[in-house]
Amino acid sequence: MKNAAGRLVPRSVNGARQMPFATVRGISPSGTTAGTPIRSSRDYPSDGNKVVKSLKDALRRSGIRDGMTISTHHHLRNGDTLTASLFRVVKELGVKGIRWFPSASFPCHEELIPYLESGVIHHIEGSMNGALGRFASGGNMSGVGVLRSHGTRYQSVQDGEVHIDIAVIAAPSADAFGNANGVWGNSACGPLGFALADSEYADRVIVVTDNLVPFPCVPWAIQGNNVDTVVVVPSLGDASKIVSGTTVVTKSPDRQLIADHVAHFAETAGIMKPGFSFQAGAGGTSLAFVLKLKERMKSKGVKARFVRGGSTKVLVDLLDEGLTDYILDGQAFDQTGVRSMRDDPRHIATSPFTSYNYHGKGNFASIVDLVVLGATEVDCNFNANVVTHSDGLLLHGIGGWQDCLFAKCTILAIPSFRDRIPVIVDRVTTLCGPGSLIDAVVTERGIAVNPLREDLVKAVRRSRLPLRSMEEIQREVLAICGGRPAKPVVDPKHPIAVVKWVDGTLLDTVYRVETR
Amino acid sequence: MEETARSDCTVTCSFKERGGLIVDIQSKVGSLYGNAIKDQVEEGCRALGVTDAVIHIVDQGALPFVLAARLEAAVKRGRPKISAEFLPGKQPARQTRGVKDRPRRSRLYLPGNEPKFMANAGLHRPDMVILDLEDSVAPSEKDKARFLVRNALRSVDFFDAERCVRINQGALGVEDLAMVVPQFPDVILVPKCEDADTVRSIADAIQKVEHEHHLSGETLILPIIESALGVVNAYAIASSSHRVCALAIGLEDYTADIGVERTEEGRESFYARMSVMTNAKAVGVQALDSVWSDVEDLDGLRRSTLEAKALGFDGKGCIHPRQIAVVHDAFKPTTAEVEKASQIVAAAEAARKSGLGVVSLGSKMIDAPVILRAHRILRMATFGVREEDPN
Repeated sequence: MKNAAGRLVPRSVNGARQMPFATVRGISPSGTTAGTPIRSSRDYPSDGNKVVKSLKDALRRSGIRDGMTISTHHHLRNGDTLTASLFRVVKELGVKGIRWFPSASFPCHEELIPYLESGVIHHIEGSMNGALGRFASGGNMSGVGVLRSHGTRYQSVQDGEVHIDIAVIAAPSADAFGNANGVWGNSACGPLGFALADSEYADRVIVVTDNLVPFPCVPWAIQGNNVDTVVVVPSLGDASKIVSGTTVVTKSPDRQLIADHVAHFAETAGIMKPGFSFQAGAGGTSLAFVLKLKERMKSKGVKARFVRGGSTKVLVDLLDEGLTDYILDGQAFDQTGVRSMRDDPRHIATSPFTSYNYHGKGNFASIVDLVVLGATEVDCNFNANVVTHSDGLLLHGIGGWQDCLFAKCTILAIPSFRDRIPVIVDRVTTLCGPGSLIDAVVTERGIAVNPLREDLVKAVRRSRLPLRSMEEIQREVLAICGGRPAKPVVDPKHPIAVVKWVDGTLLDTVYRVETR
Repeated sequence: MEETARSDCTVTCSFKERGGLIVDIQSKVGSLYGNAIKDQVEEGCRALGVTDAVIHIVDQGALPFVLAARLEAAVKRGRPKISAEFLPGKQPARQTRGVKDRPRRSRLYLPGNEPKFMANAGLHRPDMVILDLEDSVAPSEKDKARFLVRNALRSVDFFDAERCVRINQGALGVEDLAMVVPQFPDVILVPKCEDADTVRSIADAIQKVEHEHHLSGETLILPIIESALGVVNAYAIASSSHRVCALAIGLEDYTADIGVERTEEGRESFYARMSVMTNAKAVGVQALDSVWSDVEDLDGLRRSTLEAKALGFDGKGCIHPRQIAVVHDAFKPTTAEVEKASQIVAAAEAARKSGLGVVSLGSKMIDAPVILRAHRILRMATFGVREEDPN
């Protein structure tokens, strides 16, 4: 069926009925939130020691069986080795048809492909990056992948769309009761917010740690009262890949130029004013933007009230230099970020519940003055794609991208072409963000302000910014790249994944790519 | 096999007796531009008269002007006698050529055989873009670089920057001219220039190519002085041809030539810099300072540029786009300079109106060169004014 954005979406996905996307504001929900089976403290050890001898033991005690949903979080990022161990054990137990529900996947999860091939994992509901995305794009996954933003993942758990049977929570520090955090230990990763919903809504919760500390493990990002069993392992992953030792800002002159344009825009449009707030990712262009904005903040004597993480040294420096009162942080990307969250009370851990959740009584994201994001493609109506490339391959997850679109000003900071491939296209391969929520597109060739934002258009009209229309930039780029690229060859009868909107409706479909 | 760089492609061509054209393409952008690449290769082979050959392409997202250059180089390595050319589409000219006295605060060097930075170089708004065929190109790659630079001159929009080529020394340089001058570059940079005869012979070679291609004779020459002998002959070099628009000094080679280490303080090259600057000004052309080679050290670049400006130089070389804004900022006149220049120009204007021969400001007499300089400062101020004092 065709949804309100003009995209074809299936009526049902993996046997579950779906609602088509209707409006960016979202549908009005009804009923009550999901809950967990009622438990009693009398069934848990009175000495508080929930440690069992192995992950296999913990999974058995959790009643693991075919077709269950197992969730993990992605705070260990590309250093995660626990998830691969988890599925090795699941296979040893002879269990099949698992729905894996990660908060995101990374290139290291390429190791899971054999389990997808052998049917241990039926399908993935979460981001599919790199090799996993390529695998799914080839039509090799048994079920249809479901792509959700961080906030939408919380929504789907909270309203019962996804029921987690077993949550396996990697914890860089934990006590025997199950209290856990991510700020201490060899595998320290910062906050554990992406595991919060899992700990609160899963039937069974297993905390796995490589740093068991005596009770109490504080601060308790995950509360032991939600935890069934605790497993101690020698290592959760490769510390050097969990957080990087240093932060790398882009050296690419073109990306520096884009970053400069964004900062210039933020100042000119009057967004950079005392007490403002912003969020930028940890990509090279975003970090370069923060540094350029910082120069402007310093020279104008402007201080932010808060900035949103993922935190890096670049953000922590803002805090240390008094250029922001707080960092509200969902994940830490480098050692400095982890240390600051641990030691500085102004560096606050947040979760998708506090930041983005559709079923929350309000939304942090819409309070933020400025958010700077990337995209793989954008069309002349500012509709954007963040999961597939122009050749149709699924290669990225949504992350918090969709949730962030609700900021007061959303800017896509992107090159106008990558190698030979135009980023400004006639029609995005996959729709992830409706153009009405995207306020400006900043490229190295100029800045296009969404005409729907008459206030912004007016605010920057008489400035020295390189303002242009999307059509004009697209024309220039097509001339450079040698005309319009061919359309990707996809099989419209073979959806391999769907993209959810923040309210749980279906925004678009990703199809199998014919490989040549 | 050699690794193909991003935004580039590797083309090999084996000629056959018969069997037509066989094109084999492995491309990172194959599903999007595979057919376009095939079409372009076939068009190129028609233009070059290649009928029977096997052509292999490993492509990392090369733009069409790059693909065309790589194809032509591969074909001509196999058949050097082919005289036909495969020229990509042409950009309309953006500016008037042959303007000797235009701002040349920043000149951005781009390695002539690396296409990655070419397409967007103009976006960083340097006053000059220099496509380098000399030091940045390995001897075995000179032919490939020439096709690439020629195509870039035709196809890439460098916006308002002067389009320049640094040619090789000697006979190789004359071959370079035959290839690039028909694409009317604004300025030809002559490296390691030591005497007036070198400039004259290059001017003659340029004129010959311009004449053959019915081009108006507007290609300018920028000699780079990089040796003790060059410094001694600076006046003769600057006055050797009406095409000379400026003298530049290259300190890496100069310090090597006199047998010393190049220091940040630059005492070892102070005489050479002042000599080149003075001789250039004596002939009435611009003087351009050397490049700053530490890309990370923007504060050092800023200090060095402020010094160059204070010594009388009109520009500074850049090896990375991020240096451009720093250089332009350093060359901006200060608020105080602009204020004083405005007063001088106003006083001169008032004197002219009232028919006075002598211009004075307050109790001071103002000489003609000072008025000229004031006009220059006001012109530079159109690019922006720096608020703080240069010291």
